[in-house]
Amino acid sequence: MKKIISASEAIALGVKLCNPKVVSIYPITPQTMIPERIADFVYDGEFDAELVNVESEHSALSVCLGAQATGVRTFIATASQGLELMHEILFVVSGMRLPVVMAIANRALSAPISIWNDHQDSISARDSGWMQFYVETPQEALDTVIMAYKIAEDHKILTPAMVCLDGYTLSHVYEPVDIPSQKQVDSFLPKYTPKYKLDPKKPLTMGPIAPPNIYMEIKKEQHAAMNSALPLIKKANSDFKKIIGRKYGDGLIEGYKTKDADFAIIAMGTICGTIRTVVDEFRKKGKSVGLIKLKTFRPFPEERLKKELDNLKGVAVIDRDISVGQEGAVFTEVKSIADIPVHSFIAGLGGRDVRPKHIRTIFKKIEWAKKTKKEWLL
Amino acid sequence: MKEGAVIDKPGSSIRNKTGGWRAMRPIIDQKKCIKCGTCWLQCPAVAIYLKKGKITVDYDYCKGCGICAYECPAKAIKMIKEEK
Repeated sequence: MKKIISASEAIALGVKLCNPKVVSIYPITPQTMIPERIADFVYDGEFDAELVNVESEHSALSVCLGAQATGVRTFIATASQGLELMHEILFVVSGMRLPVVMAIANRALSAPISIWNDHQDSISARDSGWMQFYVETPQEALDTVIMAYKIAEDHKILTPAMVCLDGYTLSHVYEPVDIPSQKQVDSFLPKYTPKYKLDPKKPLTMGPIAPPNIYMEIKKEQHAAMNSALPLIKKANSDFKKIIGRKYGDGLIEGYKTKDADFAIIAMGTICGTIRTVVDEFRKKGKSVGLIKLKTFRPFPEERLKKELDNLKGVAVIDRDISVGQEGAVFTEVKSIADIPVHSFIAGLGGRDVRPKHIRTIFKKIEWAKKTKKEWLL
Repeated sequence: MKEGAVIDKPGSSIRNKTGGWRAMRPIIDQKKCIKCGTCWLQCPAVAIYLKKGKITVDYDYCKGCGICAYECPAKAIKMIKEEK
């Protein structure tokens, strides 16, 4: 069934189809429409979940942690300052290996105060042990929520996941979205079966103290589990294609006209739509350029991206984030694996529009870039 | 190791003898003890018992915090260095 809806509503519909039992709610711009729509479904009697209104994001994620520990699927959404207030609990959820799924309507961080889009909030949670998927369209937002549950809950993975959608430029964008049937989703996503759960009849301890003699082993296992998600993300993507009929690249990376390209831009999120338009424009002029859309940022698809870079002469990375005092986060990863010049552009911070003219400038610059360099696209 | 260091068999806190952390050891003077139970009530490690009419410290779990000695109204408990 097709409907014209926003990405926020698409996320809410995706969540409803996955049927979590607990959703904790705390409002923050620009994610508020997601829990609002979920609440509509619950109070209209279409969706049987317990909504928990809390007093802060720190509590919001703590509610999901506790609920998930009792053995049910949960959902939460936030943005910007809200994600920062959750920061402490992010590590607890991932360390306890609870596969919570969270939507983030990406927004800049204060100060100065900005309610507009960039990736600084989720990028700042890069090392928290959560998987991160960046989406481009309302359709991809819906589909990725369903895939995120499937990947996160796999007993070999047991790692929480963030579905990151650009605030406003995606969260509030209306497009026709094909909504899968409950039957389709049920055949893709199995019923949630926790590996461990809190049960008074069978007591166990979760999140105990780990002395120095075991802490590292536990962290190493967590790291290995997240890395072993890479093939599973690809599999979830191809299974989704088989059952529901759509896929996004290989689930990790979506290349656009990269097979015969000399130069390409690497980017995440909605900006990829603009880049595609400019790629087509340059292709008409006979320039062999392409786009590498990085969908999965954590776990980082190192090998896969390396293969993609092998055919190129140069690459540009657009970061909508900045590690103040160094560089963009995606650029850091790319330069660590690239044998070709990598040109870093910090762009679109705090909701600054990145227009086709900016992308044209980037393509012109990487064509003659002989060495790795960094600049800001103001 | 279980995912997230889950301990799926209860009783691990009994196996973990935390008395080894102790630097100061409480010694009860049974002649001064009035058996009021204040130390038993205050012990945060639940390591003080009334056994056969005598207040007894379980040194397997007593961490030597000294609260019992501080709270004892009869001044019947003194803390001595573990090395002695």
